[in-house]
Amino acid sequence: MAKPISWIGQALLYGLFALIIGYFSNSPPYRHLPADQALIKLSFSHEGKLVSACRQRTAEELAKLAPNMRAPMDCPRERSPVTVEIELDGAPAYRHVARPSGLSKDGASTVYHRIPVQAGEHRLAIRLNDDARATGFNYRREELVTLKPGKVLVIDFNQEAGGITLQ
Amino acid sequence: MMRGALIAYRRIEHGFDPVFGAALNPWRHLGSLGFLFFWIIAVTGLYLYAVLDTSVDGVYRSVNWLSREQWYLGGVLRSLHRYAADAFLLVTLLHLLREFLLGRYTGFRYFSWLTGVPLLWFIYISGVVGIWLRWDQLAQFSAATTAEWLDWLPVFATPLIRNYLSANAVSDRLFSLFVFVHIGVPLLLIFGLWFHIQRISRAEVFPPPALAAGSLLSLLALSLALPIANQAAADLSLVPGPLALDWFYLFWQPLMYATSAGAVWALATGATLLLFVLPVLPHAAAAPVAEVHPDSCNGCRRCFEDCPYAAIVMVPHPSEIQGRELAQVIPDLCASCGICAGSCPSSTPFRSAAELVTGIDMPQMPIGGLRRALEQGLARLTGRNGIVVFGCDQGANVTSLAGKDLASFTLICTGMLPPSLVEYALRGGAAGVLVTGCRAGGCDFRLGNRWTEERLAGMREPHLRARPPGKALRIAWADRGEEAELAVVLDDMRQALAAERLHPIADPIADPIVASTGMTAHG
Repeated sequence: MAKPISWIGQALLYGLFALIIGYFSNSPPYRHLPADQALIKLSFSHEGKLVSACRQRTAEELAKLAPNMRAPMDCPRERSPVTVEIELDGAPAYRHVARPSGLSKDGASTVYHRIPVQAGEHRLAIRLNDDARATGFNYRREELVTLKPGKVLVIDFNQEAGGITLQ
Repeated sequence: MMRGALIAYRRIEHGFDPVFGAALNPWRHLGSLGFLFFWIIAVTGLYLYAVLDTSVDGVYRSVNWLSREQWYLGGVLRSLHRYAADAFLLVTLLHLLREFLLGRYTGFRYFSWLTGVPLLWFIYISGVVGIWLRWDQLAQFSAATTAEWLDWLPVFATPLIRNYLSANAVSDRLFSLFVFVHIGVPLLLIFGLWFHIQRISRAEVFPPPALAAGSLLSLLALSLALPIANQAAADLSLVPGPLALDWFYLFWQPLMYATSAGAVWALATGATLLLFVLPVLPHAAAAPVAEVHPDSCNGCRRCFEDCPYAAIVMVPHPSEIQGRELAQVIPDLCASCGICAGSCPSSTPFRSAAELVTGIDMPQMPIGGLRRALEQGLARLTGRNGIVVFGCDQGANVTSLAGKDLASFTLICTGMLPPSLVEYALRGGAAGVLVTGCRAGGCDFRLGNRWTEERLAGMREPHLRARPPGKALRIAWADRGEEAELAVVLDDMRQALAAERLHPIADPIADPIVASTGMTAHG
């Protein structure tokens, strides 16, 4: 191929290369969620209560233990699974039983779940149980929330802040 | 299907030859182009690191400042950094695809293949984390999505996604961690690249200057024409709006929301495992490796110098003569290409021994056998313009060339051809010799056609003792499937030789290297 034609060809192919890089580096645009929707994120990392109550060790039991192991209370390691339910506008939206982590089931129960919803006003009911010895739910929260398009509402659990939190 | 894909690929690759020339065809330099883009990323990254503020508030501001206030330097370098990263990934994937289509993942090549697979993960990790260092809505989306993807694995006591639930969860330390990963993983990548080319001698770690300049200029022009800019600052209380996604690195994130995290894990691990398993899948038995004959090896080191895969080492000669060495073949590294036999000075057919034994030879195609076959072929030639054709198993099929004036021989690689065999053919009655093999830069054994050209041009040992007169020697590189094009070169050679018979050339010591057809051809 003659030199000038070869140069033009090279310029075109280098241009095509740049075009491919430039285009797919930024395009086509991606929209994660439709413009009229909001997102509810449920996330917590919470240690449930112990599966059974601690009990007082007897004097005989304590005597059998090594001196450095003589704790007066005998507590189980295993923690309760954490059950969570979300109701959205009166309809069940999510229910999950989070098992405690760890080989001895003595770690935190964790949950992460995304619920895309139409933007607007919603009645939200969240119920949580972290005690295997209790029946029903020992934490509840009901709220009327207004979610703007694109808003992220995070449902978390923080015992020190009173339990179920919305932010 | 593989065959169809290979034919399609060959058409694309060959389509670039008339524009770039075979030797500068970018498809034949994908690996070294990858190195070039990596070094562009590294150099531009040094400047970006110097100005990056890794605090939560500062990271977006400092990167944005580059693009807005210092667009002429920092902005260009930032864009170049990002576009080079995209180009690096693209050429790496094309390099992988090319080697796969050419079947270069089995036998002695298994090491380069296996060491290349983890590099893909390193490239993705460093590229994706680099996107987070702008902390805009794209970074927010990508970081959160990656956390959700990683959380699918039941290994984290606390889900990683909790780091991105609210603005309060994001700390300065997070960006220090990102910087650590974004710099640390590329360092691992350099180490991995070093491993990747360990079993290749004279590895091309930088593309030819013209190709490097063209690639750099095209990215620079792109950086000026379409500079990379931040999107809106990250706000974890909002779902990111329409995103200018980098599809090279982040294509799997929309895919995850369209399918599931588990599906993307299955895709990623499945693809990785498949790449790892490919070399051990059933394939053709390996060819016999080169053999050294100590009595004929004088320890000249030419095979050691010319081996494209560093499969030959020099050891003390068993004769125990002070200073004399012996070539030794490492079977695991040997490609069975025969380039060593072509480099051996004892591979000359002019030796008077009835049985020609060379210092290093291929058991499946010994040079002695080639001499016998050549003598028989020369005896069968008819007419005054008989031509001997030397080709290779990887390039155009020379046995398909027809004519009573032809004697064709296909070698394992053209690099296996001792130059003295060309002289032997011409002295033995051939009017001309045509040497062919894979297209320039596309030798299946990397250096075969380069060494052949240099040996025949007298630039490399062992060289042709005397230059053949006029048009008696022609080199025409042609890939498999280009037999018709080779036949055209052959016809041209026939006519040139016939013309020389009518008009004898004045100077018989003419330069044999003259460019010819669209293929890389010399004659």
